[in-house]
Amino acid sequence: MTPPKDTLAWMYEKMVASRHFEEEIETIYMEGKTPVFNMANGPIPGEMHLSNGQEPVAVGVCAHLNPEDVVTATHRPHHQAIAKGVNLKKMAAEIFGKATGLSGGRGGHMHIFDADVNFACSGIIAQGMGPAAGAALSRKLQGKPGVAISFIGEGAANQGAFHETLNLAAVWKLPMVIVIEDNAWGISVAKETSTAIQCNADRAAAYGIPGHYIPGNDPLKIYEVAGEAIERARNGEGPTLIEIETYRLAGHFMGDAEGYRPEGEKDALFAKDPIPNLRQLLVAEHGFADAELDAIEAKARGEVDEAIAFARQSPDPKPEDALTAVFA
Amino acid sequence: MENERKLTIARAMAEATAQEMRIDPRVFVMGEDIADLGGVFGNTRGLAEEFGKERVRDTPISETGFIGAAVGAAQDGMRPVVELMFVDFFGVCFDAIYNLMAKNTYFSGGKFNVPMVLMTSTGGGYSDAGQHSQCLYGSFAHLPGMKVVSPSNAYDAKGLMTAAIRDPNPVIYMYHKGLQGMGWLGTEKGAIVHVPEEAYEVEIGKAKIAREGRDVTIVSIAQGVHHGLKAAKVLAEQGISAEVVDLRSLVPLDRDTIRASVAKTGRLIVVDEDYHSFGVSGEIIATVTESNLADLKAPPRRIAYPDVPIPFARVMEQHCLPNADKIVATARALCQAPILA
Repeated sequence: MTPPKDTLAWMYEKMVASRHFEEEIETIYMEGKTPVFNMANGPIPGEMHLSNGQEPVAVGVCAHLNPEDVVTATHRPHHQAIAKGVNLKKMAAEIFGKATGLSGGRGGHMHIFDADVNFACSGIIAQGMGPAAGAALSRKLQGKPGVAISFIGEGAANQGAFHETLNLAAVWKLPMVIVIEDNAWGISVAKETSTAIQCNADRAAAYGIPGHYIPGNDPLKIYEVAGEAIERARNGEGPTLIEIETYRLAGHFMGDAEGYRPEGEKDALFAKDPIPNLRQLLVAEHGFADAELDAIEAKARGEVDEAIAFARQSPDPKPEDALTAVFA
Repeated sequence: MENERKLTIARAMAEATAQEMRIDPRVFVMGEDIADLGGVFGNTRGLAEEFGKERVRDTPISETGFIGAAVGAAQDGMRPVVELMFVDFFGVCFDAIYNLMAKNTYFSGGKFNVPMVLMTSTGGGYSDAGQHSQCLYGSFAHLPGMKVVSPSNAYDAKGLMTAAIRDPNPVIYMYHKGLQGMGWLGTEKGAIVHVPEEAYEVEIGKAKIAREGRDVTIVSIAQGVHHGLKAAKVLAEQGISAEVVDLRSLVPLDRDTIRASVAKTGRLIVVDEDYHSFGVSGEIIATVTESNLADLKAPPRRIAYPDVPIPFARVMEQHCLPNADKIVATARALCQAPILA
């Protein structure tokens, strides 16, 4: 199943937007943090987990989603949010901790919530899974359309919530797809050090549901497999577990010296950067002209720049607003 | 009065839930053993028969999974009523409770609401030892973003449940096992009271004067209220007039009612079946001393569970639990009346 041309264009645009967003954040994050790195300083304080390299997962899955579908994301949520259609300006402002942010600065980068497109986050590993199952249950009980996608990392597959929720989703046959982004590292701990089996998708067998492993960080293959799983969920046939090999081109978080990486690993990953690869493929096999792709890139970058500028210019929240919105 | 319909707390909770389910299709119930069994503590009895097992669903023993799912369903527009069978089990699912349920409204800037009720049983006194007997009121009330209620009688139980289901926020509904009216857990007769047939709300965050008095204020919640009422009766015979405040809610806490009562009596005893230190009893005392120190004729006192795990042996557990005798002795000391042997 090859995506139609407009979907390919959308996928490329969102991958470029996501990468450009992260690169902008990366630069701005370091403002005020040199020569001494102190996480609390600069226009964007706190932890920062960038998604450079993991864009294919987000676009390959979200290409099949509508605003009504539910996504729960992780502590590394920007690419997923951009692909799901979260309001980019408000998201940027939230990451800057501004009053105009999605939650007025209460959440920050690990707590991106956009009710308009049913997007929620948890900064705790695997804890988006329960809420995704609940949203899927809600649709099933109400007979309303919509599937729930829970993005998690490969490290999350060793959490209790992962196993509890897979069983729950399977026994209740929920319209849900669990997507594991296998970027090979849980901060500094390699997958083979933490995980008893090579492939987490095999764990689907324990719950009697389909499991798929997709190697190569390939957006088109991801699109195909995710499409089948989402279709299956929409048809009431139950959940699917998908594990996707992807590349963490950045550190676990900004400031991570990455001394744990084997020599040459990052160079090898950059050589397989999915964005230039996709561009090449779109020209070679899908009839895109370079000018067309240049225009897509310009549009994506322009929107990101606009969002970043909006965030920069937005006012800080009123300090005392910290005391509001605890309850509805 | 003889013909008045009286219910147990268990029945009152189930009735409130059923009435809300009849008028609001968003309400559904899930938890362990809540369908066919009707809840280990009887509070969902009859629901599966009336509403079927889609809306009243038994869950696997996966508290992290299904409480997390309740959060997602609530954010998606449903009104889940979820059971955590024993509050002691919070250890396996607290992330879903305090990091998701209690924080998602705030982290979304109010864009996502989490209207869910988490029912959970509390309390000991029947030799179930320290993994099935705790109250943990303070552990939940301490953390922002969730309301916390606990009824002492069936009237409040129904009204608080109705209010909790209708509330747009997460509500921890803590019911004390000793008050449920399940014969096998002993029965506190004072908890079985008249309950109107029609639906009504008891306002969350509003305490009640369970008994008026002049000399000393006894503040408590759930089972402790009954200890307080029994003590007040004994004290009355000894010439001491005790006022008993039933908090009913811990979050929000009705500080005004506590302060007004102490302003009247000048003496304060807090009875708390939760652990002594860093908990509800300290909070109640701070509520008074922060603003009404001059009202106090004597230092405030607390009768709480000592800071030890709850033991199995009957004599050991009973030694640790609050009871009416301890309250009577403390009240007499506060009122400078000789303590009777």
